[in-house]
Amino acid sequence: MKIGLWITCLVDLMRPRIGFATLNLVRATGHSIEIPEQQTCCGQPGFNSGDTSAGRAMAMQFLKHFESFDAVVLASGSCAAMIRHDYPRLFANQPEYQVRFQELGQRTFELSEFLLRHPFDLPPTTQRFSGRLTYHDSCSGLRTLGIRSGPRQLLQRIPGVEIVEMPDREVCCGFGGAFSVKLGDIATRMAENKCRSILATGVDAVVGGDLGCLLTIEGRLRREGHSLPVWHWAEVLAGTVT
Amino acid sequence: MPESAQFKKNAQRQLNNTGLQANLQRFGQRFAKARAIAIAELEDFSGLRQRATAWRDLTLANLDDWLIRFETHAQRMGTQVHWATTAAEVNQIVLEIAHKNKVRKVIKSKSMVSEETGLNAALQQSGIDTIETDLGEYILQLAGEPPSHLVAPALHKNVEEVADLFQEHHHTPRQTDIPTLCREARHQLRPHFLSADMGISGGNFLVADTGALVLLTNEGNARLVTTLPRVHVAITGIEKVIPSLDALAPLLRLLPRSATGQSITNDVSLLTGPRRPGDLEGPEEHHVILVDGGRSELLGSELQPALRCIRCGACMNHCPVYQNIGGHAYGWVYPGPIGAVLTPAYLGLEHARDLPQAATLCGACEVVCPVSIPLPDLLRVWRQRSVSRGLRPWPERVLLRLWLWCAMHPLLYRWIHRRLSWLLRQLANDSGQITYFPGLTDWTQGRNLKAPDQPPFHAQWAQRHRS
Repeated sequence: MKIGLWITCLVDLMRPRIGFATLNLVRATGHSIEIPEQQTCCGQPGFNSGDTSAGRAMAMQFLKHFESFDAVVLASGSCAAMIRHDYPRLFANQPEYQVRFQELGQRTFELSEFLLRHPFDLPPTTQRFSGRLTYHDSCSGLRTLGIRSGPRQLLQRIPGVEIVEMPDREVCCGFGGAFSVKLGDIATRMAENKCRSILATGVDAVVGGDLGCLLTIEGRLRREGHSLPVWHWAEVLAGTVT
Repeated sequence: MPESAQFKKNAQRQLNNTGLQANLQRFGQRFAKARAIAIAELEDFSGLRQRATAWRDLTLANLDDWLIRFETHAQRMGTQVHWATTAAEVNQIVLEIAHKNKVRKVIKSKSMVSEETGLNAALQQSGIDTIETDLGEYILQLAGEPPSHLVAPALHKNVEEVADLFQEHHHTPRQTDIPTLCREARHQLRPHFLSADMGISGGNFLVADTGALVLLTNEGNARLVTTLPRVHVAITGIEKVIPSLDALAPLLRLLPRSATGQSITNDVSLLTGPRRPGDLEGPEEHHVILVDGGRSELLGSELQPALRCIRCGACMNHCPVYQNIGGHAYGWVYPGPIGAVLTPAYLGLEHARDLPQAATLCGACEVVCPVSIPLPDLLRVWRQRSVSRGLRPWPERVLLRLWLWCAMHPLLYRWIHRRLSWLLRQLANDSGQITYFPGLTDWTQGRNLKAPDQPPFHAQWAQRHRS
């Protein structure tokens, strides 16, 4: 099976480590991997701001570079939801493209979805985290793709990891893409609430599956003076953080 | 300019309003938690929801036919049916009915449509004493404030504030015990119920094949409002029509559960025309005003699903934005996600341009909506219209164009990410944190941004492959 790896634009710029962790995990399944160098962004910033043509343009670019793969894997619920759920809808008036996007969408997997379907051994590492974690459910992955137990199950494969659920765990952290820079006051308050829930668990680290949420949570925690580590769960699973 | 045009400013004010924040926190997830329990009791929520949605869609697909069918059946029972296109027409019709019947006092049960039209002010200006009888609405009438929630209009007020209002307006000793306050309100309202000439209510549903007006209330005030005075006027949106009592059944099961977590409301009234000979109670005249107020514009558009709304308030009870700023920040009658969709439709997008942006598109509202309104999609529709009508601020438009152009040119995109990565590291302090970023102060005012500590992924990947 030939896997195309999609590195989200936020991961590329802000946290390349998450990209390498993803790569290691997908490698551990034994499939061959390619990272098309023409990839840029899935188009959510435009699509969610109301620029449909931008969404379609980015969708076409994705189709061009990824249609040839047996599967596409990426470490973000919101980008995966954009590709699987929104791309086909953007081509409602062009049935032939819509079908192609539907088919490609069915072959596109958020990392936890892929790892649950393909057996793998935890990559060898000297940095195996053990301790208590709380997992933040990111909205698009949770509600559009139904990603809930997958990342939790995967994390529990690590010996010594205990997951502690936070109060109001399915409430949005306040990122919302451009929302976080358009309505900063509200976004900050939402982040503050989320951080209070996280801190109430008394865990050693917080993990999530979408970098937007993680930047928000980390940004608010640091502003409040807390040093609690904030990681993508793939980093914990790949053994690149302790 | 309506308040809805000032969303960002309103929201900031409400976030800094410590009294409101305390009240919102005290209310917290109460309705959401009660709803979860009530929904779990249902054998097949998703099936019920699908049926309710289908019934709502059925009438919306041929709304004119169903409304005429309702009118015919209602008229047959002696109801006088009026059609109003605008808010002004609604008020005019009500005033005409009032003048014809020499009405001096009006009692009202809850009607959000009358909030759309500013009816109370119009009645008062004509010298007609108007008294709200829903407890929440009564409190707000004393306070001179609009409702902040669909089913709990005075949610933003606490007991202490109500105690102050009652003491000031009733000239009675200050009480802070809730049952005592309720008794006091009842005591104040009773003479009005008995002396009013006209009752005004809203309408939860209109049943086309029987001509019945359906009202759901918890306080019993609507039963008095619709039966004691000589004249009853119901004001309701044209979208509220349903085909039959069969359609009512799933909606009756879903509405109170979705709203407050009750399995049924305390009073369910089906009103069919004025008092007939031999009837024990009922008004001499019964009027129903069918209000368009912008609704027909949504028919046949991408926004039509918004007309399914049965006003349960579940979307706002689950909206993290609403939960933090309350209903008044939205600036018009309908707050929360459904308000952010309806307000631009009914007032014009230019008067509510920030409302469609007032969401993270987290989807919590869509999941709980009992009639499956795809609220995030509808908010996106308004965002699309904002873009195509050029209503977004120019920096946003320029940035979006620039972003798209770069994203379409991978080599340039790579270069920009490398430069941006470097720049972010320059802006960071010793611990790698960015606390101020020019042009991104909406982020940095309340959150740090941890700068990347290595070059972009693709830059590293390309280098590995070259070496």
